[in-house]
Amino acid sequence: MARAITTKQKVIWTALAWAFGLLMFFPIMWTFLTSFKTEGTAIADPPVWFFFDWTLENYTAVQERSNYPKALMNSIIIAVGSTLLGILIAVPAAWSMAFVPGKRTKDVLLWMLSTKMLPAVGVLYPLVLLAKWLGVMDSRALLIVVLMLINLPIIVWMLYTYFKEIPGEILEASRMDGASLRSEILYVLTPMALPGIASTILLNIILAWNEAFWTILLTTVDAAPLTAFIASFSAPEGLFYAKLSAASMMAIAPILIMGWFSQKQLVRGLTFGAVK
Amino acid sequence: MATAHSRSAARIMIAPAVFLLLVWMLVPLCMTLYFSFADYRPLRATFDAWIGFDNYVRFVSSSSFLRSVGTTLWMVGGILSITIVGGVLMALLLDRQMYGQGIVRILVIAPFFVMPTVSALVWKNMFFNVDNGLFSYLYKFLGLQPYDFLSQAPIFSIVIIVAWQWLPFATLILLTAVQSLDSEQLEAAEMDGAPVLSRFRFIILPHLSRAITVVILIQTIFLLSIFAEIFVTTNGAFGTRTLTYLVYQRVLESQNVGLGSAGGIIAVILANIVAIFLMRIVGKNLDN
Repeated sequence: MARAITTKQKVIWTALAWAFGLLMFFPIMWTFLTSFKTEGTAIADPPVWFFFDWTLENYTAVQERSNYPKALMNSIIIAVGSTLLGILIAVPAAWSMAFVPGKRTKDVLLWMLSTKMLPAVGVLYPLVLLAKWLGVMDSRALLIVVLMLINLPIIVWMLYTYFKEIPGEILEASRMDGASLRSEILYVLTPMALPGIASTILLNIILAWNEAFWTILLTTVDAAPLTAFIASFSAPEGLFYAKLSAASMMAIAPILIMGWFSQKQLVRGLTFGAVK
Repeated sequence: MATAHSRSAARIMIAPAVFLLLVWMLVPLCMTLYFSFADYRPLRATFDAWIGFDNYVRFVSSSSFLRSVGTTLWMVGGILSITIVGGVLMALLLDRQMYGQGIVRILVIAPFFVMPTVSALVWKNMFFNVDNGLFSYLYKFLGLQPYDFLSQAPIFSIVIIVAWQWLPFATLILLTAVQSLDSEQLEAAEMDGAPVLSRFRFIILPHLSRAITVVILIQTIFLLSIFAEIFVTTNGAFGTRTLTYLVYQRVLESQNVGLGSAGGIIAVILANIVAIFLMRIVGKNLDN
């Protein structure tokens, strides 16, 4: 039962919560507004809020930069590729751990998690060396594999918690009713597992999209995704606020939207079931 | 029922994931361990496979090591305090009845999805910049001298940037925990006349303690390896060199692989100490 509160109280809480919400959101809002200003308006003193001549010139300017489309493409390929590859490897593993748990299952799960906690700098040089040695430095394939391995523990773990919630009795019932293995997988398991797989994919695309250690250090030109593209704006280009804002908005907009859909899965995915 | 047949099938299904992670973890780590005992400086074409613990001694006894540990502690500590205190307050606030709760939630969570290089650059240039940053306008508006955040208070500035990104994470997890609190218990306490603060102290806080521990541990592991925010803002200048950043500079910038690898191994050991505590909590939770 929700407690009955007076309208006045509700208005006060609403005002307070909105104030904090808008404060947190302000940097994004400001970047959004600035991206539609001219460079002159962007640094106007005093700052201009809403009433200026909105323009799309920054978005066109950034898109015309030679390396933007390539960076965008790289981001998409690397994020989606590493996630799908991870799913491919993780689904069977999570599946068998959830439905045929052995004595070691718990240890395996925890061990997988522990690999996630290895600091990246601890393996930085060997990875650079191996990549150069194999001739895959600055390639999308390298980043797909590296990001897949980084996120594999999270993927396995998330899928495991989802699969664990599918009652095994349903499978037995369908088997008793004479369903073949093929139709069992196709008509019973898949529909139940799909939502979990979908949210795992969503969260991991976000994590891979925003990964900014390996994507910066293992790329130079060819495979550089948006994280590295934006980092190259550091100076002096970063002082062109309007263009910086347009580039930033284009880099974060798709993920912001996906993120809002996946906020519930976030807790499950990042706390490994330790908070429910 | 699991049969012997399905058992062996299960093992085959787990094998690729386990094998890949094992290789991923062991091969580079063993290489780092090997390099950490070597005098290896590729730019000078020096390679001496065994110099004992020299690298470790040199790394630990250099003044930059102690400073980097101090910087790391300040940064992680600062970010943790802001996100935990702010997260608890924010979670309690979002749990109230209000108009447009869903939208407020979205607004609060948004920063978590912003790519680190974007948030670092936006804060650096559009907020902290001494000439045209928004904070400079605010200072001028208040009749104060504009303040150069990134060179005068570099650690604080980076703490703000990173805390802004992680506060949503803490809020979201603590909100999940707050919502699982039995409201009858709170109502009973309220009826018995317990004041707000002691309701918080004796009911809400104990209930949140586990979630807070989890948030601290997970954030610590991620925060120990902050990289992009420093790379983009100060590039390690002005005393913002954390342990992670120091190792990165030793290995890739000055190409002293042996020395950097020793630092890398030390970073691995430190992170593992934190990880052990987290694993215990997660492991306990797996049992029930």
